[in-house]
Amino acid sequence: MNLIELIKQPWPWYVAGPLVGLTVPVLLLIGNKTFGISSSLRHVCAACLPANIPFFSYDWKKEIWNLFFVAGILLGGMIAAFLLANPNPVIVNPALVAELKGYGITDYSGLVPVQIFNWANLLTLKGFIMVVIGGFVVGFGTRYAGGCTSGHAIMGISTLQWPSVIATCCFMIGGIIMANFILPYILSF
Amino acid sequence: MQNTEPKLVETNTDFEVRSLDTICVNESHLTHKWYYNFKYTAVGIAFGIVFVKAEIISWFRIQEMFRFQSFHMYGVIGSAVLVGMISVFLIKKFNIKTIYGETIEFHPKTFNKGQVYGGLLFGFGWAITGACPGPLFAQIGSGGTVIAISLLSAIAGTWVYGLVREKLPH
Repeated sequence: MNLIELIKQPWPWYVAGPLVGLTVPVLLLIGNKTFGISSSLRHVCAACLPANIPFFSYDWKKEIWNLFFVAGILLGGMIAAFLLANPNPVIVNPALVAELKGYGITDYSGLVPVQIFNWANLLTLKGFIMVVIGGFVVGFGTRYAGGCTSGHAIMGISTLQWPSVIATCCFMIGGIIMANFILPYILSF
Repeated sequence: MQNTEPKLVETNTDFEVRSLDTICVNESHLTHKWYYNFKYTAVGIAFGIVFVKAEIISWFRIQEMFRFQSFHMYGVIGSAVLVGMISVFLIKKFNIKTIYGETIEFHPKTFNKGQVYGGLLFGFGWAITGACPGPLFAQIGSGGTVIAISLLSAIAGTWVYGLVREKLPH
């Protein structure tokens, strides 16, 4: 197996995790920047529609590096998907495969289930909840919590901040409740 | 960074509004030409590739995580935190400076109830969309064009939070 083929395989956690963790010192060292992604959404609001809301009335240009960073994430996603794509379907735990089959999800060709996340589905109740409401809650919740997985779980805990530990626990509790007790009803629509 | 603003030390009020709850605050007091920001794009590209290749942006992986059916995501987040923690420890211990010679600054976070309520809400959204804000960008890049609607919706959610912020318990 040559190197390119090896790179095209899904990367194990012990390769990916440390690389994600290294983003923390890299951003600090190249410009004193604190790792965080959800704040980019706030900067977009401040730049496009501040509407005299105090929360968005700040000099967003000082944080423009964050928008350059997320643009890079988008480009990185593109490069990985088109040049380094894994030709095989995602391998998923058989228990989950069996459960998802009950909701009509059988296509594992994409990283997201294309049977739910597609344009035609957007106007169905299930599609609307998963794409539009889901996105809204992510944006509202991360800002209310003051950060997301990157800002709280990775940067916050790395700098030993206990509010970030609490926030991370709440992310997990919220996710566990949704995935196990509420999402099954949404997926059954 | 626009070079139209020559001031080196930022005014307090602006800093306070910016850091109101945001985790990421630009603490560099240097002003550079705008194209210096492309170095962050480069870091973002590397980050986005890792996101896709380790299937961190996969809706299926997130479902497995919340159902305790796979160790993968716990391994990724756990080892990322460990590497981040060791790096921050070393930076503090040896007082390592940025490549421009600036002292690296850290800001203590204060607890507020938003971390609980907002955290739970975000957890709901994470399990539904299978994405936190970072993966949203990578999912769009990797061809999930409809996720652009989720991103716009997330921006709308952020905006509505800003609008009703004063009325929410914190």
